[in-house]
Amino acid sequence: MSPAIGATVARVDGRAKVSGAARYSGEIPLTNLAHAVLIGAPVASGRIAAIDCSEAQRAGGVLAVLSHLNLPKVAAQPSLLPSLAGMAAPGQSFFPMQDDTVHYAGQHVAVVVADTLERAEHAATLVRIDYQQSSPTTLIDQARDQAYVPQKIFGGLLPGQDARGDVEAGLKQAEIRIDATYRFAANHHNPIEPSTTTAEWDDSGRLTVYDSTQGPTATQMTLAQLLGMPPAMIKVVSHFVGGSFGSKAMIWPHAALAALAARHVRRPVRLALSREQMFTSCGHREEQEHVVTLGATADGRLTALRHHKLSVTSHFDDWAEPSLQSAAIMYACPNYEGVYRLIRGNTNTPTFMRAPGEASGMFGLETAIDELAERVGVDPVELRLRNFTETDPATGDPWSSCGLRECYQRGMELFGWSGRDSRPGRRREGNWLIGTGMAAAAYPHAQPVNPQRARARIYLDGSVVVEAGVSEFGTGVTTAMTQVAADGLGAALEQVRFLGGSTDLPNITAAVGSAGAGATSAAVHLAVTALRQQLIGLAVSDEKSPLHGADPAGVIVEGGRMCRRDRPEAGEAYAELLQRHMLPDLEAVSNWIPPAQDAGHGMHTFGAQFAEVGVDADLGLIRVRRLVGVFAPGRVLNRATAHSQLMGGMIWGLSQALQEATRMDARSGRWANASLADYLVPVNADAPDVVVDTVEVLEDVVNPLGVKGVGEIGIVGVAAAIANAVYHATGYRARHLPITLEDLLPRPA
Amino acid sequence: MRPISYSRVTDVSAAVGTVTADPASAFLAGGTNAVDLLRIYVEQPARLVDINDLPLGEIEQLPGGGLRIGALARMSEVAEHPSVTDRHPLISQSLLQGASPQLRNMASIGGNLMQRTRCTYFRDISTACNKRTPGTGCAALDGINRGHAVLGTSEHCIATHPSDLAVALVALDAEVVTEGPDGRRRVAIDDFYLPPEDTPDVEHPLDHGELIVAVEVPPAPAAATSLYLKVRDRESYEFALASAAVAMRVDGGTVGEVRLALGGVATVPWRARRAERILTGGPATTENFAAAAREELASAVSHGMNEFKIELARRTIVRVLETVAGGPSGDGAGAR
Repeated sequence: MSPAIGATVARVDGRAKVSGAARYSGEIPLTNLAHAVLIGAPVASGRIAAIDCSEAQRAGGVLAVLSHLNLPKVAAQPSLLPSLAGMAAPGQSFFPMQDDTVHYAGQHVAVVVADTLERAEHAATLVRIDYQQSSPTTLIDQARDQAYVPQKIFGGLLPGQDARGDVEAGLKQAEIRIDATYRFAANHHNPIEPSTTTAEWDDSGRLTVYDSTQGPTATQMTLAQLLGMPPAMIKVVSHFVGGSFGSKAMIWPHAALAALAARHVRRPVRLALSREQMFTSCGHREEQEHVVTLGATADGRLTALRHHKLSVTSHFDDWAEPSLQSAAIMYACPNYEGVYRLIRGNTNTPTFMRAPGEASGMFGLETAIDELAERVGVDPVELRLRNFTETDPATGDPWSSCGLRECYQRGMELFGWSGRDSRPGRRREGNWLIGTGMAAAAYPHAQPVNPQRARARIYLDGSVVVEAGVSEFGTGVTTAMTQVAADGLGAALEQVRFLGGSTDLPNITAAVGSAGAGATSAAVHLAVTALRQQLIGLAVSDEKSPLHGADPAGVIVEGGRMCRRDRPEAGEAYAELLQRHMLPDLEAVSNWIPPAQDAGHGMHTFGAQFAEVGVDADLGLIRVRRLVGVFAPGRVLNRATAHSQLMGGMIWGLSQALQEATRMDARSGRWANASLADYLVPVNADAPDVVVDTVEVLEDVVNPLGVKGVGEIGIVGVAAAIANAVYHATGYRARHLPITLEDLLPRPA
Repeated sequence: MRPISYSRVTDVSAAVGTVTADPASAFLAGGTNAVDLLRIYVEQPARLVDINDLPLGEIEQLPGGGLRIGALARMSEVAEHPSVTDRHPLISQSLLQGASPQLRNMASIGGNLMQRTRCTYFRDISTACNKRTPGTGCAALDGINRGHAVLGTSEHCIATHPSDLAVALVALDAEVVTEGPDGRRRVAIDDFYLPPEDTPDVEHPLDHGELIVAVEVPPAPAAATSLYLKVRDRESYEFALASAAVAMRVDGGTVGEVRLALGGVATVPWRARRAERILTGGPATTENFAAAAREELASAVSHGMNEFKIELARRTIVRVLETVAGGPSGDGAGAR
């Protein structure tokens, strides 16, 4: 039997999803369900002067109108901490509806609960709220002079600045210097399913919450903190989540508001954000500006790298997406300085968005490197190889695994890179100027810091159930874990059922930062391994077993049975063993302790991106014709779902490069295009020929199966490869994202 | 959602009578725009009269080469109808470049003509908008206005008309056939779309309760050499940054009959008559096409972010004319 791990296996939940049988958090049928609708502040700064709920309260079906005037106070100020830490993970350290202050547009100011959604929506329009407005700050350009360097960013996990060597000395030593400023529009995640929480209290005061989340435990711990409840009294269920991309990686106020509303009306309550509310209720990728300075020798070896980021954060948190983690270690550069600067603005706290940090940081670095290659006069791949580093330049530690050279090589072959004429503007097909570009990709491998658990149980008929509390938000984790469990027990895939998505199951930290597959597979692998050892131990000590007296290390499992490696005919099925022992089932629980992040290895995932674009010489239209991405993500659990994630990431990179921008109306402090008609993401017709490949690396550090994950790496570097291709096509160097038609449109004659 | 009463009607006079009698009522056809606007409180009818059962779905050829499209024919039906693809490919092209397949299966032709602007301020009831709430001002003038109009604007409104189909119909001199409390009438499409001027809320000459029953398109000799070109940030499912519909005949290097209309850049589907005057009888050269485009855009006014649209519109005109004339490059936009 060939191993299930690494094979192409169709999604085990695919049928349930396409047939509508899969229930998402807004589809849980509960008796007596009431519906909550949030009211967001239309102003971005000021105070609530008055609230008149009388008309709303009289409207048909209305059960409650909650605002700061009558909502019970939360038990504790939320503590901002990324959900990878495994603890309470509120998206910001501000909880709305506690007083009359308005910090940002869309801030929740009231919740209307009614017996139907339509009646709640209508009543919400009848709540009259008067505001005392003050002038908001929402853009970098409005408060550039007020920027500060924070002590820590990212919930206190990363320093506000970092350095090695002497960057000034490195710049003095340089024969070539590149200085460039890169600007990035704000971006929003826009998963297909808007965040939804359904909350139900029982008579004993236990709370059950159906939440669209990347981490059921994160929701549980956050609600425990905000509601002042023991976690044991809170159960969170999240069987299916309709995409997230970081918008459900932290726990935002609506989850607790749903629970508070349900307690108030003494009925189960469903609270679903509207598409427009998704732009102001669960974070975004912040508007940002990166200043990158490179110093290099005449032959292109880096002597200095300085990377300063400036971005907008909220009034209450020092949040910046960590854009400098991969950029800092990508190349062998002895002198480095990275600094985050922040501006406080009228916004909710920004948050993770797919490839958080590196999607922007690597755009700046990889575009600057392309400029350097041109100045030096070498091929961009060759320049990168000249600066290739065998060790983590920040620590000198070896990589846990790398594979970057192989990614460059394979990518060049798949793309047909060699022989490229590097001069811009030389290739034309009809109206189209054609260009090619490439960029490196990297993403830090982050680990959970607390134990990851799973439980494996085999029944007397040989069927297997494996459980771990991870949520399925489209990654394919349910299918991949079925494969891991099947291999560990030598069972057929059809014999194995994986269950996730509940805090009643063994704890898995929120699946974020590409860490979900590694952490969950480690726990599942250890659980099925422990169960296998129990089964083998039972057999070899059983006089009635054909395996009696065998060395356990010499027993293998295959096809639902155990047998001696040297004499495969000597063995028996699990079912026989369990029946004979009158065991209805056997069970094992694992407890995987992740290795420390600083335990002697640099841990990153690497890749290489190649792009070909066409730019209409007269109309400025930019269309991507081809993308090739090659990655070294360690072990791939499911070829098909990994391919989907990587390809989806690459198309997201295209989207970041050419389409995505949330535009701020600075007068009102409100997003001006908070809809899917106005916030562009690619359609099928935009998605070109996308080639995805992986190279194998020996990875035995990060986790037992060597899984680094594929959730983030696919997007990193795509925007730079496209921008470099646009330069190659036209000679126009794009230093902002998205790059749009007016950037390339020729000036009036 | 506000409480709304809903009824279905089965004949045109009942539909007209019901809506005419109630100032707070509105017709409901495909609903792809009307329900959308209702849900964001931009339009607040108290009663919806569903007209989908009316016998207005036919697409038929008229004697002499014209075409009659029933108001309830769906965008997808019209786009694929042999009479349309044969005689008026411009209409088919403009429809297929609008919306998405799902929307085209729902949206009616009458509704397409009546769709409202995509201006984000029009659609956000907390902002100033003279079109939505007369007298409140125009937040788009110095706001986020990348998608806004540069032709036909006024100091009160710069909202872009969103329809692709209407651009083709304007180029083809279509007529809108309506039935109202005073009976049936025909309105030339040029008179159907009213520029904003001092009353941006008045978009067309229809009375309350007057229903579009059909669109008639006269024979277009140049239809065989026609093209709808749409320029936008993504390949599909997006409104135009600029578009052009042209039907043109070139004989011996000289432009004969030409019809040219613009979308995405004007407050109404824009017939480019100034350009047509320069083109007609002139040489079919890039230089002359550019001269016509310059003349058409001479009166354009921009408001910041949409400044690029003036040059884009000029270049779109030149491209569409060059493509139909067969040179110099002839491969069109949109191809990769």
